Amino acid sequence: MALIELEGVSKVYRMGDVEVHALREVSFAVEERDFVAVMGSSGSGKSTLMNIIGCLDRPSAGSYHLDGREVSKLDRRELARVRNQTLGFVFQSFNLLSRTSALENVELPLLYGGTPARERHARASEALARVGLADRAHHHSNQMSGGQQQRVAVARALVTRPRLIVADEPTGNLDSRTTVEIMALFQELAATGITVLLVTHEPDVAAYASRVVVMRDGRVRSDTRQAGRRAADDLTAAPPVDEAPHEVSA
Amino acid sequence: MIPLETFRVALRALLRNKMRSFLTVLGIIIGVGAVIAMVAIGEGAKAQVEASFASMGSNLLIVLPGSTTSGGARGGFGSMPTLTWDDLGAIQREAPAVRYAAVQLRSSAQLMSDDQNWATQVNGTSPDYFRIRNWKADRGRLLLDSDVESSAKVVVLGATVVDKLYGAVDPLGQTVRIKNIPFEVVGVMEKKGQSPTGQDYDDCAFVPQTTFMTKIQGGLQKFISGTIFLGATSTEATARAQQQVSDLLRDRHHLDNGADDDFSIHNLTEMANAREEGTRTLTTLLASIAGVSLLVGGIGIMNIMLVSVTERTREIGVRMAVGATPSNILLQFLVEALTLAVAGGMVGVALGVFTAGRLAAKFGWPTLVRPDIVVISVCFSGMVGVVFGLYPARKASQLDPIDALRYE
Repeated sequence: MALIELEGVSKVYRMGDVEVHALREVSFAVEERDFVAVMGSSGSGKSTLMNIIGCLDRPSAGSYHLDGREVSKLDRRELARVRNQTLGFVFQSFNLLSRTSALENVELPLLYGGTPARERHARASEALARVGLADRAHHHSNQMSGGQQQRVAVARALVTRPRLIVADEPTGNLDSRTTVEIMALFQELAATGITVLLVTHEPDVAAYASRVVVMRDGRVRSDTRQAGRRAADDLTAAPPVDEAPHEVSA
Repeated sequence: MIPLETFRVALRALLRNKMRSFLTVLGIIIGVGAVIAMVAIGEGAKAQVEASFASMGSNLLIVLPGSTTSGGARGGFGSMPTLTWDDLGAIQREAPAVRYAAVQLRSSAQLMSDDQNWATQVNGTSPDYFRIRNWKADRGRLLLDSDVESSAKVVVLGATVVDKLYGAVDPLGQTVRIKNIPFEVVGVMEKKGQSPTGQDYDDCAFVPQTTFMTKIQGGLQKFISGTIFLGATSTEATARAQQQVSDLLRDRHHLDNGADDDFSIHNLTEMANAREEGTRTLTTLLASIAGVSLLVGGIGIMNIMLVSVTERTREIGVRMAVGATPSNILLQFLVEALTLAVAGGMVGVALGVFTAGRLAAKFGWPTLVRPDIVVISVCFSGMVGVVFGLYPARKASQLDPIDALRYE
């Protein structure tokens, strides 16, 4: 059974008197452990699709099964629960809490999941170590470079051991070198069994995924599996070199 | 999420903007401080009134004889003796709400010890008088019934008189001459202080009423040339006692329905209540003004919480994305408002207690900080925090996570 199963999902927004069809009967499935890139120009519906898959929004019509559970009719509280337990998010603008240490940022989902303090610290430290930031645990987010911040965000996404990580233009604010580092991380996560859904408009970034879905006008235009995907590991055979910390406007 | 964690997050958010948090709670601090200080002053005044009336005697009624009318000029109460010794006996027998009745015959006289002299008020009375006035001997003894029966030449002195006549010498057993007649000092009254009108209670001497009439000031045989002090059976019974005595005396004096009383009864409990009522009105007034400032403080909290919610929209979005439920967010902002308000309330209590202390020291006002008012003030400011924090917190919890994440 697929992890994500969308059946005829539509999303209609009302902007005054005008109805905007962001998604038109999208049917789409993602198997577990897959690494899918969703591409499309702005207005193609890819962000709406990501919001629905990420349980931040509900479809106007159609059904959405996440890990076998129908989630399209859940209320705000239950959706929050699903986001906390099953999902991890990585955003373009990092969205870390400012003036808060990396460790505490990573602990945040566990806090809302009700994990006891001791276990929270241990798991957050472990997640930071996994993204190569064990030595930065007590740095505040504004003391870190963009690449480091995004790695903290990845650690925050994977600390709850989610089934699915949804990444919205995660490399949009990063230079090409750190882009490679982050993509390497995602490939590594996919290899260890976490399904990754990546939204991007850069073909270079989509090239790292195993499967590319192209959206246009609220519909899926093409859905291709990339046999010869680019491996980020080759480019970062040497451990990632940290950039000098500098102020980043998040 | 664990409550302690919520509190920790709230505290951190507040400490992030120390100056703003301080200015926000300033309204609460001043409000609570004002409530505490104002009520302390009001309660202090009330306690002082209570104490001064309590020292006059508990459940006290005073019966004054009536007035004379001669040539159209009406004398005041006490200008003519209308109360008889039979009246006193009748009151003792027939007024059930009266527990004690005693006369107070008064005369001003010069008292002489061996080497000093002092003019004071000499009272002729009976042992019940001391029970009515709740007045005990500091040294020696009070007057006894046997003293009254035998017209004994014994005297009990007030503390002021002892001080003037004997200084540090023990007065017990000494002889004091009143109108040149030797009396033996058998007791010294405990200090009672001042009356509500500023009169010194301790500047007096007591002799048996029988001795008073034969040796100090001869009176009319039938009439009492003084006042009658009554002690009611309880505080609640004072009004009843007043009515009973009034009816009894009107009946005994054969007064017609339309005629004026030829006596007057003063109810000290009622006077005390009236005074207390006055201070209570003052306290209520002061406390309500202070309460209004608390309310204004609450509006300040709401204002700043609304600003905070707007400022932290992005943060709220992030928290929601990683799994915070609407109630988590609601609780977080509510706890923040509550923390602000309660912290302000506690600082306000300290300020109020300090202010009350300073006022007491500077102006000599009696102040009384009541613990229940302190608890109520802190609880009330907490309530203000919850009430005024609810709207902003609800607004935060109702945010759409997508909009919140996109908010710039």
